[in-house]
Amino acid sequence: MIDSLSADTIQITGHDGDPIEAYISQPAGDKRRGGVVVIHHMPGYDRSTKEITRRFAELGYDAICPNLYWREAPGAAPDDAAATARAQGGVPDERLVGDVGGAAEWLRAQPACTGKVGVIGYCSGGRQSVLAACNLPLDAAVDCYGAFVVGTPPEGFPLKITNLVDQLPRLSCPLLGLFGNEDSHPSPEQVDELDGILTGLDKRHEFHRYDEAGHAFFSVDRPAYRVAAANDGWERITAFYETNLGG
Amino acid sequence: MCTYATVTTALDGSAKGPDSSWFHVTDGTVYFDHPVHAMADHTLNIDFTDPAKGPGARVAVELTAASARELVAAIEAALASAPAELSGLTV
Repeated sequence: MIDSLSADTIQITGHDGDPIEAYISQPAGDKRRGGVVVIHHMPGYDRSTKEITRRFAELGYDAICPNLYWREAPGAAPDDAAATARAQGGVPDERLVGDVGGAAEWLRAQPACTGKVGVIGYCSGGRQSVLAACNLPLDAAVDCYGAFVVGTPPEGFPLKITNLVDQLPRLSCPLLGLFGNEDSHPSPEQVDELDGILTGLDKRHEFHRYDEAGHAFFSVDRPAYRVAAANDGWERITAFYETNLGG
Repeated sequence: MCTYATVTTALDGSAKGPDSSWFHVTDGTVYFDHPVHAMADHTLNIDFTDPAKGPGARVAVELTAASARELVAAIEAALASAPAELSGLTV
């Protein structure tokens, strides 16, 4: 654990060469380290996601969280930006991949970077973490209860969300999945399905599933928070990144 | 979950928003998803907005599903009680 760290807001190059905002946090010192891209949840580039970003710096990684709603709502409050992006149809998958790719490149350009980069996302970001890992060269991916990695979105969804089943053969790195057994999106059956697909594809993955936890159990400021699941989940994330991004 | 489900509609009216300022409302977004503030896992959320004035021109409401139903009933009751010559509604 590293107590001395810094945080800042910067501009990076995202999808299509667009400048977008990003929140970064880095440990002090020049010890060689990997990097982590944090994908914020649908409610936005908010305080809790920035706290998560700083936690990865505390764990010894350069960390960056791109503001996925910067184009729609530059400088807006996170909740207003999320509402604006939602009203306009959400973040297209192609743009998400480009923005995460830009964030990964920023990490690799850092002087202490080993070149290893992981990604993590929560809720909608969980699906987007898998999406990024299927379309970018990454070293580790974490999916925290992302819906519609498998399964079919209901008819009439205004946001054009598809599952990622046809992309899973391209998964470029080991995947850690953390799920609540009381969640319905993804349901335990869908987690089983994803587990089976990845096993069939011979893709390295490690799933942990928690009883008495539903969706968003990492969210410390929400009723969904489940301390036992969240604490164990953080330990799993720490160990997974140590294995795949450390050294 | 993030339900993603979002229903948008054009609106015409006003809302009292940031800094206690009134603004013209042109759009409404309705969705059932995680709230930002309400102490529930999911709520029926309504954004009254004017996109032309930017993301901050928004009045947000997060209601439990049951209270959202009550609001719908209350709106319908209030409209039904209004004389047609005042509301301009024929149904």
